[in-house]
Amino acid sequence: MKRPVLAVLACAGLLTAAACSAPGSDSSSSPGPSGSAAALTTSCGTGPVTLEGYFETGFPLPKQLADEFTKQFPNVKWDIREDQFAVITQNAPRVLADDPPDLMRLPQVSELVKDGLLKSMDGYAQAYGWDKWPASQLEQMRVGSNGQRGDGPLYAQGLNFSMTGVFYNKKLAAQIGMTEPPATLAELDTVLQKAKAAGLVPINQFNGGATGGLAFPLQNLMAAYGEPGPINDWIYQKSGATIDTPSNLQATQHLERWIKAGYFASDINSQDYATMMSRFIGGKALFMFDGDWESGNLDKQMAGNAGFFLMPPLNAGGKRAAMSAPLTYGISAKAAHADCAAFFLNWVATNQQARDIAVKVGGSHPMGPSDAYMPPVQEGTVTAATLTAGATIAQDNGAMDFIANATGAIYAKSWTPQLQKLAAGQQTPDALLKSVQKDYESQVKD
Amino acid sequence: MATRTGSARPGRRTRRPGAWLGWLFAAPAAIMYAVFVLRPLLLTVQYSFYDWNGIGASTWVGLQNYTRLFTEPEQLATILHAFELILFFSLIPVTLGLFVAATIRGIATSRLALVARTVLFLPQVIPLVAAGIMWTWLLSTTGLANELLSAVGLQGVTRAWLGDFSTALPAVGVIGAWVLVGLCTLLLLAGMSKIDPALYESARLDGAGPIREFFAITLPSLRQEIGVCVTVTVIAALASFDIVYIATQGGPGNSTMVPGLEIFYLAFSEREVGQASALAVVLVLLVLVCVLPIQRFTRDGNR
Repeated sequence: MKRPVLAVLACAGLLTAAACSAPGSDSSSSPGPSGSAAALTTSCGTGPVTLEGYFETGFPLPKQLADEFTKQFPNVKWDIREDQFAVITQNAPRVLADDPPDLMRLPQVSELVKDGLLKSMDGYAQAYGWDKWPASQLEQMRVGSNGQRGDGPLYAQGLNFSMTGVFYNKKLAAQIGMTEPPATLAELDTVLQKAKAAGLVPINQFNGGATGGLAFPLQNLMAAYGEPGPINDWIYQKSGATIDTPSNLQATQHLERWIKAGYFASDINSQDYATMMSRFIGGKALFMFDGDWESGNLDKQMAGNAGFFLMPPLNAGGKRAAMSAPLTYGISAKAAHADCAAFFLNWVATNQQARDIAVKVGGSHPMGPSDAYMPPVQEGTVTAATLTAGATIAQDNGAMDFIANATGAIYAKSWTPQLQKLAAGQQTPDALLKSVQKDYESQVKD
Repeated sequence: MATRTGSARPGRRTRRPGAWLGWLFAAPAAIMYAVFVLRPLLLTVQYSFYDWNGIGASTWVGLQNYTRLFTEPEQLATILHAFELILFFSLIPVTLGLFVAATIRGIATSRLALVARTVLFLPQVIPLVAAGIMWTWLLSTTGLANELLSAVGLQGVTRAWLGDFSTALPAVGVIGAWVLVGLCTLLLLAGMSKIDPALYESARLDGAGPIREFFAITLPSLRQEIGVCVTVTVIAALASFDIVYIATQGGPGNSTMVPGLEIFYLAFSEREVGQASALAVVLVLLVLVCVLPIQRFTRDGNR
């Protein structure tokens, strides 16, 4: 009877001895920017190459770009793995460390850079002339040595850059007499009231599970009440930045008024993104806050019946701002075919067919120089509307990253539960901002 | 006890010449167990003393991760949620299982008993994820649950069951109860089948009705089976993860956050592996503290 116990204990002892070094001390990854030092080639060569990709499922854009790339460069094959964005976010550090893909859809990058998991793209930026593109396109993917984003070496690249605003159902809008997009926030409030009075669901927004979709209208309201600059500083983790500002409080209070007035569907706290999309496409709601990555999809599924406008400003003629971010892709610091992956990223931004796909399939603006080829878009489509809106944002210098991207955990663990509480009337706007700020400070510290 | 020593003695005698031979046969299993069960267990304990993001260098922080567990109300709340789930995962399935098993036993010969048994056991065969998805449809605003309520004139009660702060945790509990009722019923039914029919016969001769019969004979005879049911379901409640993850992901606003899910978020989203490990260790201890007394109680009473 005693012997097995002894044996187990002996085994356990051996194992503990083997595992006694501090965790993480064995990973010999060398952090710090060293990517530009090595010589790089600006092609995929002529021999057979298999690029390993880790993409986001549910979005056809990267897959179609990969197929077109193989068509033009037959020596390059793809080995693609797909997952939901939330899964990619959770997996990113370990996948980049243990199973380095050549090209990976990335969440917020600053923590990955701190751990030395991403390849610096400065060398490629120089070689391909990305540094001559409008600086704002790449700003969000630059990370300084202290982990702050906004400037420093480039650690990722976009397949295109997307932008958010308000989609509306044209038929339902006509029904309540909305013939053109509201020009001020007050006008938007009036339209919402009219829709509510007519028995429509004014806004249907997902807010369930671990993804609080009320962050979309909230950040749009923040942009209406204040400047995008301080919000970006907060997202980029600039020291001393805070989300708890007077204008953001006004925005959150405005959102609370919308909730209390019953402008949102009553079950938003149990709705996921897919449910929101199917209800909007099914004509069950007038408005939906979402991004232009759905433009191509909406043009197909509710052709001619979907419209788009940017969140209206507080005062008529005021500057517009929107959440706008590149569709971020990065190269693992240990990638086997980093040069070829970078060549692909440059091709996506500069090749005519690739830019066509970026607009028609991705629904968003391609990356690249401002004078680059733009595919023609049919008048009256949502895609045309979102591309025009993108030009307005560029003109007003109103692009912001998403407040959910400030740290790796802030979305699931702070914004989402807080916004769900706000939707249920269990949280005040003031306490919401204070609580998110407190979580942010503890997360940025480590 | 008598039977145990009896069977062990001849084994010991034949083992003498080559004791190592026996170990050779046990070795594959033992190695697997050591590598995939013991090693992770010990590593988790080790990690719980470090501040580590899972990739970079780690720092020794002693018991800090543990003290944080008990000073942060958010993490304590997850443990309270787990205890609330015990009501649904354990109490309801066991009592309902007893009732259903007694009923099925009463109609044992009819075909209905077979159908009932199959239907009740079905949740054990369906993957939990599929069951979870199915239940989120049933409990949505336009789902079957609400339609049934409206049909009987209870429109006022309808709501998004999984999206409402007051009903989300009970709704998750109902899913768990649905999954576990079949298991309990089957275990209890098996237990009932080995009760000596003569006992029932004599009870009936003494003039006992079915209720008296149940409390005087069935319930005491099932002590061990009930012990197994309670143990399994309490562990399922305290360590719940999959049903909650599929149905609510901890929302709305942390109202369904349970330790299992919190460990997952801490490790993979907040990247605080040390903190996650500390909570995991506490969860293991908690399960032991809850389950060991149940084991003792149900065993001692019988022997």
